[in-house]
Amino acid sequence: MPVTTSHEEPELIQLLTPEGEFKEHPDYPLDISAEEMRGLYRDLALVRRLDTEAVALQRQGELGLWASLLGQEAAQVGSGRALRPNDMAFPSYREHGVAWCRGVAPKDLLALFRGVTNGGWNPDDHGFHLYTIVIGTQALHATGYAMGIQRDGALGEDGSAVIVYFGDGATSQGDTNEAFVYAAVNNAPVVFFCQNNQWAISEPLERQSRVPLYRRAEGFGFPGVRVDGNDVLACLAVTRAALHNAREGQGPSLIEAFTYRMGAHTTSDDPTRYRMSAELEEWKAKDPLLRLHTFLTRNGLADEAFFAAVEEEAGRLGERIRTECRALPDPAPLDIFHEVYAEPHHHIDRQRAEFADYLASFEGADAEGGR
Amino acid sequence: MSVITYRQALRDTLRAEMHRDENVFLLGEEIGVFEGSYKITEGLLKEFGERRVRDTPIAEEGFVGAAIGAAMLGLRPVVEIMTINFSLIAIDQIINHAAKIYGMFGGQTSVPMVIRTPGGGGQQLGATHSQNIELFYSFIPGLKVLAPSTPAEAASMLRAAIRDDDPVLFLENLGLYNTKGEVPDGDESVAEIGRAAVTREGTDITLIGYSRMAMVAGQVAEKLAAEGISVEVVDLRSLRPLDRDTIVESVRKTGCAVVAEDDWLTYGIGAEIAASIQEGAFDYLDAPVRRVAMAEVPMPYAKPLETAALPSIDSITTAVKETLSAVGRRVG
Repeated sequence: MPVTTSHEEPELIQLLTPEGEFKEHPDYPLDISAEEMRGLYRDLALVRRLDTEAVALQRQGELGLWASLLGQEAAQVGSGRALRPNDMAFPSYREHGVAWCRGVAPKDLLALFRGVTNGGWNPDDHGFHLYTIVIGTQALHATGYAMGIQRDGALGEDGSAVIVYFGDGATSQGDTNEAFVYAAVNNAPVVFFCQNNQWAISEPLERQSRVPLYRRAEGFGFPGVRVDGNDVLACLAVTRAALHNAREGQGPSLIEAFTYRMGAHTTSDDPTRYRMSAELEEWKAKDPLLRLHTFLTRNGLADEAFFAAVEEEAGRLGERIRTECRALPDPAPLDIFHEVYAEPHHHIDRQRAEFADYLASFEGADAEGGR
Repeated sequence: MSVITYRQALRDTLRAEMHRDENVFLLGEEIGVFEGSYKITEGLLKEFGERRVRDTPIAEEGFVGAAIGAAMLGLRPVVEIMTINFSLIAIDQIINHAAKIYGMFGGQTSVPMVIRTPGGGGQQLGATHSQNIELFYSFIPGLKVLAPSTPAEAASMLRAAIRDDDPVLFLENLGLYNTKGEVPDGDESVAEIGRAAVTREGTDITLIGYSRMAMVAGQVAEKLAAEGISVEVVDLRSLRPLDRDTIVESVRKTGCAVVAEDDWLTYGIGAEIAASIQEGAFDYLDAPVRRVAMAEVPMPYAKPLETAALPSIDSITTAVKETLSAVGRRVG
């Protein structure tokens, strides 16, 4: 089955090759200091450690589920660091790297997957909305939020823009396509950030689209661009430009970050059932950390002591995550009634009282229903 | 007689029906290469090829709508929707189109399609992936809704669904896939759509359930038998059409009833059953009809909270005993 309808290779915006060579791009000049670049490396390394620890915690039964971001660190850190404090990000369920950039504490992410809370952080505190489990729905929510910013007149240099994260699979959903329609006709300040990690669980991209995803934008009437999703510098530059355009009233755009899900869809999945190991090997050579490591070393922007310090910090982070995760409290049974309605509701009050009586009928029960 | 799982019964039946009728084909997310999120379609792509087993994009309204079109042409699509929760995206195609086309088109074209989809909580899948919303479809004239509880029922009812000329929502349950039961060798029985079954005879009380709750009802009856309480179990099997006669006949015999349902109480399936009982057996009732359902909250993801929200053998047993106490009968 043909993947493209034209013979032209789609352009891939890349500033850092897999071999760690920097190349300028005329449309995306990058103004960045050596310190900021080291900061990006630190982000990538710590986010990878966070992810590795979480997978291990799930395997140990400490989390119900985890959706690994392995391989997608650059797409998330690059775009996440392009955001300003005033901006709002709408994630799917895999954006742990963006959460990191927005200052969400790792334990708050883990609390969600452990079942301690259905939220875990205040979106307004972080400019980072809550995880959405259902595929593609957040594209519409982000568009509506962006239309709100527009209505408030909060655009311009000091204004806000919205970014929404979703995957290649979500581009098949009606919600995502309707979000494109609404954003386009309203010129909403929203950046659609699609991490094309090549696989929607077991279904490869050619099951979702016959054209490169970034080209979908053209049909809806806004620009689309494909960026190397394993190149943190390119992701930063391209996302900065898209957010700038959105803030300046130029409307929506679509970024397709071309990347690869190196792990399973979630801890419930086994990708060896449906994809070839050669494909994984091919993508390992394009690893997002590796190329930045090479670039920093080769250009004398970071030394061994820096990398050793990052490694040591990652070790401490891992330890902290393990300790904090295990210390998260189990919720009490009566908590099931807490968040059904924002306002008091007599029907819930009655159910809670009946359930409390039922729990109290067991020996040794405490007032909260815990045993 | 073979003992097989509910999953195996579904798979064997799909396979046999595909051999029997060239017009039967499957479509849905992850059903081909991945062999189904719950492995119901395991081996079928290899055996029948892509023409008969179609992996679809993640677009439920799209593939349900396409299946309706194929069915109108005379094919017999069997759609898998990964869970009933995702059917919400396709609900316009199901309710406004699949269920209405035969009538709206003056009986010119029927829609002989099956939508297979599992419901069921208890798997720690969170509020948007753990709902039992079969009520939405059971409410709709033009649809048939089947909810088998055993491997043998799953086989004979799936056969009936595929061969039926109307759209059928075929409700499976995540908590039943690994359960085992006897299926006669070479069985080719086709269930009568719209028939409930008395799966255990008893004299003291009628306990009514469907899908996973019919299985749990059987376990409750077994447990109470040891205490000298004789529970009659009615497995609804078909939520639309609903077999009121079997329910009413049982309650006329026992004089009291409990309904166990894996959905929410208010406006739930049990409300319809209770109403049917008072219409058909009012003068025979010795106690109010009790319903045992889920706590009316979005399903929690945390395991202890999810367990707290679901009906259980204990909560159903308690309701049965309280009902019997209310009529002044001996409780073991």
